[in-house]
Formats: sequence, C-alpha cells, structure tokens
Amino acid sequence: MAVFANGILFEGVDTSDPNCWKIEAYQARGGYQALKKILTEGISQDDVIAELKTSSLRGRGGAGFPTGLKWSFMPRSFPGDKYVVCNTDEGEPGTFKDRDILRFNPHALIEGMIIAGYAMGAARGYNYIHGEIFAEYERFEEALDEARRAGFLGQNILGSTFSYELFAHHGYGAYICGEETALLESLEGKKGQPRFKPPFPASFGLYGKPTTINNTETFASVPYIITQGGQKFLELGKPNNGGTKLFSVSGHVNRPGNYEIPLGTPFAELLEMAGGMRGGKKLKAVIPGGSSAPVLPGDIMMQCTMDYDSIAKAGSMLGSGAVIVMNEDVCMVRALERLAYFYHEESCGQCTPCREGTGWLYRVIHRILNGEGRPEDLELLDSVGNNMAGRTICALADAAVFPVRSFTKHFRHEFEHLIEHKTPLVNHKWC
Amino acid sequence: MLEIEIDGKKLTVPQGSTIMDAAHSVGTYIPHFCYHKKLSIAANCRMCLVEVEKAPKPLPACATPVTDGMRVHTHSDLAVKAQQGVMEFLLINHPLDCPICDQGGECQLQDIAVGYGGGSSRYQEEKRSVPGKDMGPLVSAEEMSRCIHCTRCVRFTEEIGGFQEIGMANRGEFSEILPFLGKTVDSEISGNVIDLCPVGALTSKPFRYSARSWELSRRKSVAPHDGLGSNLIVQVYNHKVMRVLPLENEAINECWLSDRDRFSYEALNSDARLTRPMIKHDGKWHETDWQTALDYVVKGLTGVSAQHGKDAIGVLAGAGATTEELYLLQKLARAFGVNNIDHRLRQRDFAADEGQTGALWLGSTIAEMASANAVLVVGSTQRHEQPLLAARLRQAVKKGAELNLIHVADDELLTRVNAKLIVAPQALADGLAQVLKAVAELKGASANLDLSGVTVYDEARRIAESLVRAETASVVLGSVAQHSPVFSQLLAIGGEIARLSGAHFGVFSEAANSVGAQFVGALPRRGFAGAAVTAGLNAAEMIAAPRKAYVLWGVEPEADCHDGQAAVAAMKAAETVIAFTAFKGDGLLDYADVLLPTAPFTETAGSFVNMEGKLQTFNGVVRPLGETRPGWKVLRVLGNLLSLQGFEQNTVEDVRAEFVGPFGDGAAKLSNAVSGVALDKPAVTGLVRVGEVPMYHVDAIVRRAPSLQATVHAKAPVASANPAVLAAAGLADGELAVVRQGACEVRVPVKADAGLPEGVLRLAAAHPATVGLGGLFDPIELKRG
Amino acid sequence: MLSAESLAKIDREVAKYPADQKRSATMSALRIAQQEKGWLATETIEFVANYLGIPPVAAYEVATFYNMYDLKPVGKHKLTVCTNLPCALSGGYDAADYLKQKLGIDFGETSADGRFTLVEGECMGACGDAPVMLLNNHSMCSFMTREAIDKKLAELE
Ligand SMILES: Cc1cc2nc3c(=O)[nH]c(=O)nc-3n(C[C@H](O)[C@H](O)[C@H](O)COP(=O)(O)O)c2cc1C
Ligand code: SF4
Ligand code: FES
Repeated sequence: MAVFANGILFEGVDTSDPNCWKIEAYQARGGYQALKKILTEGISQDDVIAELKTSSLRGRGGAGFPTGLKWSFMPRSFPGDKYVVCNTDEGEPGTFKDRDILRFNPHALIEGMIIAGYAMGAARGYNYIHGEIFAEYERFEEALDEARRAGFLGQNILGSTFSYELFAHHGYGAYICGEETALLESLEGKKGQPRFKPPFPASFGLYGKPTTINNTETFASVPYIITQGGQKFLELGKPNNGGTKLFSVSGHVNRPGNYEIPLGTPFAELLEMAGGMRGGKKLKAVIPGGSSAPVLPGDIMMQCTMDYDSIAKAGSMLGSGAVIVMNEDVCMVRALERLAYFYHEESCGQCTPCREGTGWLYRVIHRILNGEGRPEDLELLDSVGNNMAGRTICALADAAVFPVRSFTKHFRHEFEHLIEHKTPLVNHKWC
Repeated sequence: MLEIEIDGKKLTVPQGSTIMDAAHSVGTYIPHFCYHKKLSIAANCRMCLVEVEKAPKPLPACATPVTDGMRVHTHSDLAVKAQQGVMEFLLINHPLDCPICDQGGECQLQDIAVGYGGGSSRYQEEKRSVPGKDMGPLVSAEEMSRCIHCTRCVRFTEEIGGFQEIGMANRGEFSEILPFLGKTVDSEISGNVIDLCPVGALTSKPFRYSARSWELSRRKSVAPHDGLGSNLIVQVYNHKVMRVLPLENEAINECWLSDRDRFSYEALNSDARLTRPMIKHDGKWHETDWQTALDYVVKGLTGVSAQHGKDAIGVLAGAGATTEELYLLQKLARAFGVNNIDHRLRQRDFAADEGQTGALWLGSTIAEMASANAVLVVGSTQRHEQPLLAARLRQAVKKGAELNLIHVADDELLTRVNAKLIVAPQALADGLAQVLKAVAELKGASANLDLSGVTVYDEARRIAESLVRAETASVVLGSVAQHSPVFSQLLAIGGEIARLSGAHFGVFSEAANSVGAQFVGALPRRGFAGAAVTAGLNAAEMIAAPRKAYVLWGVEPEADCHDGQAAVAAMKAAETVIAFTAFKGDGLLDYADVLLPTAPFTETAGSFVNMEGKLQTFNGVVRPLGETRPGWKVLRVLGNLLSLQGFEQNTVEDVRAEFVGPFGDGAAKLSNAVSGVALDKPAVTGLVRVGEVPMYHVDAIVRRAPSLQATVHAKAPVASANPAVLAAAGLADGELAVVRQGACEVRVPVKADAGLPEGVLRLAAAHPATVGLGGLFDPIELKRG
Repeated sequence: MLSAESLAKIDREVAKYPADQKRSATMSALRIAQQEKGWLATETIEFVANYLGIPPVAAYEVATFYNMYDLKPVGKHKLTVCTNLPCALSGGYDAADYLKQKLGIDFGETSADGRFTLVEGECMGACGDAPVMLLNNHSMCSFMTREAIDKKLAELE
C-alpha cells in the first residue's frame, strides 16, 4: 500500500526509500526547523498557540475539537508536572493513517510533540501506540533515540532553557484505549477503562496531572503550521476545516490506502484517486469516518465533500477519516453484524448500558441474520440503542449504536426482508 | 455555597458537592448501586441518572458536580426512563434465583427493581453464567452470575483495605470479579465486602443458607474483641446468633466491622460451650447443678482463706467481661477480704501502678485521633490489634496525616509512613525518649525526665518534627508497648511528649472493656473509680508467687497471661481453681476444679467502656445457652452465699447505677498521667522474644470461631528473625528449628525477615502451637532442630 | 523466574516513567514476560506484579483486559487474522477460512503438532493492507492472499 500525498504530512517523503523515516532524511526535508525557529527566535508559548488557533487545525482523532483551543486549556505557566500525550492507538476499524506517519515520517510527530511540550509547559510526553503495530512502536523508539542523540530531546534543548523527554508506550489489544481517558489509565499500567469527566485531562490527566492528548496526525501537522504559518495551513483546506487531512480508504476500491488531500475535496474525487470501485461494481454505501460513524448510502456520499461540516450535514461524521467503501454485493445485515460483534468484544465493561447493551444488540442482529428475527426486533434494536447512547462514561456505547441506527435506517428493507423471509435480500459476498 | 434546585426544592450546598450529596442533604433518594459514600466514585452502574436542565443527556448524580443555579429533576420522565433503561440492562443477565438467594429480602437490586424494573423481560437470549470463585473461608463468591459489576468490592479492598485483593478481570460482558487465582481474600476487614455487595454475589460463607433475612430479629450490641467498641447488629433466630453486622456509628466504627467482630459469633453456637456447671472429683468431671457448684465455690474459698489466709486467693479477670461483672467481681473480692485482683493479664511492667490515678485510655476521641495531622503509634501491630483503627489511620494518611511509628517489627501497614524506628521491645522506651528529647529541643523546653543518656538519631528527630509541626497530633501506645517490659517508662515519656508538644497521648485499649475494668477497680492498687484500697498483688505477682486458690473470670491462663507457662504451673500447683467461663477449655479441664457457665456478651445485659471512655450498654440478644447464667447474677448470688453486704441488686441497671451514678460517664477518671517512673534501659543478653497475640487468638471466643480459625491469620505461627540472627544460629529460611523458653521447647519453621531488629525472635503467643512457651517479651533460645 | 535479559528489558521500561509510577510498566513487563515464556501463567503474572510492586490481581486485570496477552499456552506461531469489516471487504474471511482449512483448526485452536494457533483478531490499524495477519503478536503480514499465506507458512518452521 502506498501513501498518496498531496499535502503536508508526507511532503517530500519518498515512501519507497527504506530510510525515509530517519532523522537525516527528515532534516533534509526541512525537519526540526519549526522547533529551531521557536527556540532560537524565542517565540512565546502564547504565540505558538495563537498560530494553531489561526490554522483552525481540528483534532484528527475523531472528535474534531479545535487543537489551539485545547492547548490553551492547559495551565501552562502553572508550576508542577504536566504531560503531553499522543494517541496512536488507532483501533477504529478502517483507520490506518497514524501507522503510516510512524512508518514514514515519525520525526514530524516527535517535533510536533516537542513543540506541544514547549507551548504547554510540559516536560514530559508519551506516545501511546496501538499494540498490533509493534514494528512501528519499535521504529518510533529508534526515532526517539535519534532525536535524543541530535539534542532535540533531553535537557536544555538546542541550548535553550527548555527541557523535554519523550517516550513510547505500547498498547496490547484494546480498542477502548483510543478513548483518551482509557488511554491514560492504560498508560498508568491499568485496565483501559475510561474515566468519568469532569475532571478533564487538562486539569486531572496522567498521574492526576494536567495533560493534553492529541491524535498522531494532529501533532504531526504542527511543524508545518509553525514554519509556514497558521494562515497558510488554513488556506489548504476551507474555513473552519483548515489544512489537509489523511483519509484511509478501505473496502471495495481498486487502490486502498492513505490519501492526504485538502479538506473539502469532493468524495467522488477521493474515490477516483483510490482507483474507483473494484471490479466496476456499483457503490452501495460508505462509512465516512471509521466504523463508529453512521453509514451513508452511496448516492448521498457522492454529493459530499470530505470535510467535517459537509459530512456532518449529511448525517454522519468525518471522525478519524477512515472511509470504508462497500459495493452492491454487501448484505448490510451481515456488515452490521460484524461491527456489532466488534463493539461487543471491545466494550470495557464498566458501564451497565454498554456492557449489557453491546451484547444484546449483537445477539439480536446475529439472530436476524440467521433467519431467526422477530417482527419486533427492529424496534427493540432502536429502543436498546436509545437506552445506551448518551448514558455511559465514554462514547463507545454511542459508537456502538450509531452503526445500528444508520444501517437500520438507510437499509431498513434489507433487515425487514430477512426478518420476514428468513433469507437475505442481497446474496452477500464479502469481496 | 451554591444555590440549586432539586425536584423544585431550593437548597444551598458547598462547592464541590455532587448532585448525590445535594440530594442526600434534602432527603431525596436517587437509586444507585456503585455509589458508596466511603468509596471513590466509579459512576459505572449508571443507575443514578437524573435530568439536569440544559444538559443534553441524563447525568449520573453520583459523579456530577453541582454548579450554581443547576436545576435537577430526579423523577422527571427523562430521569425515570433512563433509570428504567439501566435497570433493564442490569436484569437481562441476572439470574432469576431470588427465592433461593441469600440476599433475598435485603437486596438492593430486588428493591430497586420493584420500583424501576419492567414487568416481563424483552431479553430473549440466553443468560450469562459466571463461575463461582473461592475467596477463602469468610466470603463466599459462589454465585457470581448475580454480580452487577458495581466494583464496590474491588474499590473496598484497594481503598479501605489498603491492598487490592479483588479485581475485575476480562472486559465487557465477560468481566468477572475475582481474587488473584489461587489466592484467598486475606484482609482483616474483608467481611465488609459482603455488606457492600448490593446483590447476592458476595455473601457470608458461615451464614450462607442458614436463614432468610426476614426471619431474623435484629438486636443491637457492642463488639467484644478490641477496645474500639464497634456497634453491632446481631441477628438472631430461635435464640441462636445467626449473623453479626455493623451498626453504623460514624464516631466509632463508621459503617465497617472487622472480620474478628463479624465472624466470632460462630463460637457462641459451638460444641465447645460449657452448658452446665461442672465439678471435678477424683480427677473426673461431673456435671452438676448451680446450687451444688456454688456451694462448692463457697466451700473452696472459705476453706482456703481459713487455712492460708485471704492473701492466698488470687482473682484474675478477663477484660472482655462486662463492666457490671467486673464491678461486682472486685466488690465481692474486696468484701470477702481478697485484694489480689487484676485484669491486666498480659502486662509485664507494673512500675507505674503506684503513680497512676485514672484509667488509661486513648487520650482523645477516636475521631480526634483519626483527624490528627500527625500520629505516632508506639509498639502496635496495628492491623492485628486494631483492624479498623489501622484502616482508619490509612484514610487519615490519605487525607494528609503523617503516620509515625516506633515498633518492634517493620510490618506492611499498606499506607505511607512518615518516619519509623524499629527496635527491640526493651528499646521502645529509648526510642520514645529520643523523640521526647528532640521535641524538647524543638520546643526549647525541658522534660521532667532525665534524658542525659539518650542520643537522638535522625529518624526520631523526624518523628519529633512531625509531631511539633502538626496542628493536632496523637501519640498512642499499642498492645506490644503495653505488654513490653518498658510500659511504665513509655507512659511517662509519652506523657511528657504530650505536655511539651500539645499532642494527645494515650493507649489503644487491648480488650473490649480494658477501660471499664480499670474504672471499676479490677486492679490491685485502686478500687472503684480510683478509690484507695489495701494494695494487693498484680497479675504478674499472683503468678510469680503462686496462690493457693484462683478465681478465673473469663480467663484461660495459658493463652491470656503474659507468661502462659508460669501461669499454668501456678494453676496446677493451686489447691483449687474456680473458673467462670463460657467454654470448656482444655486447659481449664486440666487444672480447674469447678467450671461455672457464665454468659458471653450475647447472653447477658451489660456494658463495655471503649478506648475513648464511652460507656456503651447492651442487652442479651439470645437466651443463655443451657444452664449458662449472666455473670452479674452469679456474682450477686455468690455474694449472698458468702454473706457479704451490698449484693441486693435486682437488675443489671441496679448494678450499673452503683458505678455510673456517682461518676457520670466516668470521663473524669480517665487519665494517662503517671508519676515516679525513672528511665532505665533494661540490660538484655541473648535473644528476646517478640510474642504478639495473633488476631484470632486474643480471647476465648475468637479462639473457637471455626471460620476465623480457617483463615491464614490463624495458621500455626512461624518464628521469624533477622537473617543475621538466623545465620548466627546456623539456620536457613524455612528450616525447622527448636525454640525454647523455660521448660518448654517447640519445633517451628523459621522465616527470615530483614524488617526485624537484631536480637529478637518473633513468635506469636496464645496459639495452640506455642501455648506452652513463656513470657511474651522474655529471653528465648533458638537452635537448629 | 524471568531471565536476566528480560529483567533488564523491564528495567528499561520502568525507567520511562516517573520513579513513583513503576506500575506504568505493567503492560510492557507482561509483554516481555510473555515473549520469554510463550504465554502468561499465573506464576508469571504474580512474578511480574511482585517485581513491579503492584497487587497480583491488578496485574491479572491487565493481563486479561488486553487481547494480545495469552493466558493459555499457544502454538509456536500464533496467527491472528483480522476479520473486521474493512478487512472482510478485502478478503479477511477468505484468508481466515483458508488458514482454518490448511491448518485443520478453528479460531481459538492450536494445531495438533503444537505449531500453530489461530486467533480471530479485531482491527489492527492496517486495513489498507487487507487481508492482514499478525504473526506472534509483533509481526504484521500484509495482503494475505492464498499465495501469500502459503509462502508465509512455508517460511515458518
Ligand atoms: C471509543 C473511542 C475510541 C477512540 N479511538 C481513538 C483512536 O484510536 N485514536 C485517536 O486519536 N482518538 C481516538 N478517540 C478520540 C480520543 O478520545 C480523543 O478525542 C482524541 O485522541 C483527541 O485527539 P485530537 O483532538 O487530536 O483528535 C476515540 C474515542 C472513543 C470514544
Ligand atoms: S461506555 Fe463502554 S467502553 Fe465506554 S466506559 Fe462505559 S463500558 Fe467502558
Ligand atoms: S479492519 Fe482489518 S486491519 Fe483494519
């Protein structure tokens, strides 16, 4: 798989070069200039944050929260331990962009996290990396060593008064650790069970200290914003949707992969870039933002542009930018069953509605798929979902409900058909 | 203060309150499972969802902080729907075994389900079944399918117990509550998880299936095994104690109970009970009636006194007896002319007796001690002696208190310790004197003790700084200190530290009625309320110079005396031993001549005075077993039979009026002041024993409680020593060794413990395996076995 | 219980965290222990817990919460195949079925010769390379067509 770069994250990166991730290559591409600029020109914390606000960079992890605003919540001039944490726990089905950042351009992330540490007055950072991409974890550790040796990490970086340490921590197989407070618990060596908020991480985060958590792609975008200016970044995208973004395209396309394109690019163009529909089949449905985002029928999707606002208007979410493309051969009951199984598997188990509800949803959908559905089942799914969504500590329960709601809304006839006739409407083929 | 509205009621609450706190303050009930006022907030059960105006979704009352102007609806459509939804989720996988569930009738799930559950289940899939777990002899975790994953038990072990022994393994629907595989739950306060469990997942193993909760009557009582005075609910059925639960008393036991107080009741129903008076003839025991037995006692006492004089009689009383009993016992002894009476059976050093005026006590209320900014605990194996106080001190540390220690062993207290001195028992006084000297220096004052021979080391200075810096501080002596050969010096030094630093100073009372016993004068040198009396012999003297006759009141000398070996020898040498007891102990059967079944605390009315000087009365909760009689009645009759004056009381209240009436609650007679004690370092050569009494061997009742005896804490003790000590004896960790005191040798495995000072061998007393040995803190020999 | 080499690795992990936060190294310590022992026996978990000074049951909670720890012995090669939706759309189930048939085992089973254990996985964050298979937890195998599977299995002893 390749990366199709038309943006800032992989600018100048030759992914076919096995050494493209190394510090020399990064510096040859102008890497660590942002950090140098900040430290040598003495750019203030406030100015760094102001630049981010100008850029309109929004969190790339799923929720799309404005990054500059988030950083401004940190009590940055307040003494005491503070932490910067990066979320590379990429486990949202369909998302595989952060892995490529670690593979091909890890120093952009490291530089971004150092700048974050500087801007928020933190002396330590951790990158939490999805356990399944262990090779990337090991590579990231090597990159950290390179950065240490080059003096970008450690005491008095580049002769300034700023000192900063950065470490990698790996997950070991739990989707929920992508949720930021579960991630913190996991980083503390515990089960990844999300914390109730408030208090929010900005006041009570890692080890109870003020902490800011951002997605890998979010941090990796920071050096560009510092060197090129927030305004330029903003202009790459569209207002309120600044910059370019990585989209992980998977499913029934000819060229699955990561596509870095300006926010606001029409979906049709993205599909085209990905080589169009595999085998010339008809586009049936797209999940535009990772498995937790509501599914949209193909025709609605073809009207959308790829940015937070357009997708939200269409009734879904841009989420993590994972675009899952399905063709006409997919039985939507079967597809939903697989997703429901996933959420049932991955619920952390602390909240009653999620622990009990994810299993209930899965079992009912499974039954329908097996031709044992009952007329009242669709209403039951809806009602169980309503009792879950918004009633739990974290958004996993909501994430489990969104697919159920959207699949049964847009493709209701397939469910009804299965319940009534005990056989699927679509003769399902995975691929 | 914040102004809010709950269900239309306006109220003001302090900043930082949650909606749950606010609701409680106006008596509004919000259903909940995971929330518990003494535990951290988990917000996981989601039962407490309420509607908050302007919030887009229902919020958990237990975790949501109140903000100014908030308007909360606990019974609105949205709130009730949310609560019903959660209830449905809780029930879909819950077994329908309420009719056979132990929790039936006291199940929060059942109660709330009645209010919030739907009629029939919409869940048509198969219910989950979760295998049972083994948590040890006290807590049953057989029915884990009933668990609703509230994690109260997990949080209890971690937060109150101090060490996480229960966890929730796996995740999602597969989550299971369990102890670490192959391990039991060993906390000394583990039984509280039974009360905390809102459903019937964790239940009492001894109680299981023995009765239905609604058949039981609930009676109040007071815990009998330590000086805290925990309040109890004793549940009885058909004149049998079926279960013991805590009665909440924030000032004393909060809502908790130690396992010792919770499970000891089993002994009360055991075969070991003495149910009829017994007399020994020609070496054989015969059951008899009370009249005959009491005549025998009268004959025995008058016979010995006629032949050898009154001084030949010694009275040893257990401090677990009621105040009424102890009052009448000393009154009877003195009226009869016997001055040898004592209850301080494990005490070794009585040098302070002369200069002491009141009953030794905690020196403050329990709550005051627990809220002190600094505490110094001297000579206490806290978790064994005072399980709930140890837990309370852990909470104090969490809230910022500094805990300091001077002790004979460096045990795990499961909490942060600010500074500690670990020394041999005879050096406890020097350790405390170092602190005194440092306090005096810090305060620029001088102590009324000669401290010239005392060198202050760093750790002692840190303790002193902690005490001096603290706004409120407490210095307390534990059982080890009280049994040690330097107890009187510790009293003197502690008093001086208190005087100079402003700290409270006192003792952790060992037994349920240690304070009451002193107050009513079960003492050789002071009578009721400190009255001057003809001095008699103290407990140690009565053993060291054996008497011709002994009266034992709730005492088993081999386990309850400082030197069990000497005590048994004295009993055996006596002409007659008269034992008032609830149990047929093997020792008593061996050397006593008459056994009189007197009632344990559940079968008599009486009172205990706890370590803070609070007199708590209780009534019998069941009818005395067999021919058992309440002790106070027995003593009254005996007084009459001996033709003594002042034994005309008709009721227990009449007895009580004699000691409570004139002195109010007795607080005036509480005092830890001593005078006339000089500092003196005992010279010791060779090994000294550290002989603590294990938690489940402190008195006759716990020693016979089967489930407690099945715990790890009741296992045969090992002899532990510093590795250097073992090396010197040529012993390796785990090897079997021979330990000798006086005429007795026992073979025990040794254990290396680098936390012990050199020169000591730690070997618990009062256990059947070590009961023949000598003094608790006396020299001891260790050899290869 | 664990080799000096593993302990040294654990020590390096511990050093990443503040001195009073050794517990943070639990996940990597368990991972290192599993790498040495092949799976996590109760004694191994207890050893790790004691080494880090945390309650054994807390380490057990961690070991059972995360999918990649094996609490039962596994074959010499553990193959985890992703069948989540994105992978399924590009052959995840085909790869799984082919492996099942070729090894003669179902998900959750170990081949009779003890060489292979097959596990159904959830999204590994590599959906663009679908079908993907994780070999022994740490090595990602991409584009696992039948031919690629044949080739991979042939490489493994
Ligand atoms: C169930 C769940 C899973 C999540 N998984 C991820 C993830 O894998 N990666 C990620 O960056 N954010 C994930 N998030 C979002 C994070 O909680 C958090 O919002 C994000 O890391 C913040 O970074 P950003 O502001 O840069 O997006 C997840 C959230 C939830 C509720
Ligand atoms: S919603 Fe689910 S995953 Fe999130 S905290 Fe609650 S139980 Fe855990
Ligand atoms: S769905 Fe298989 S790796 Fe993402």
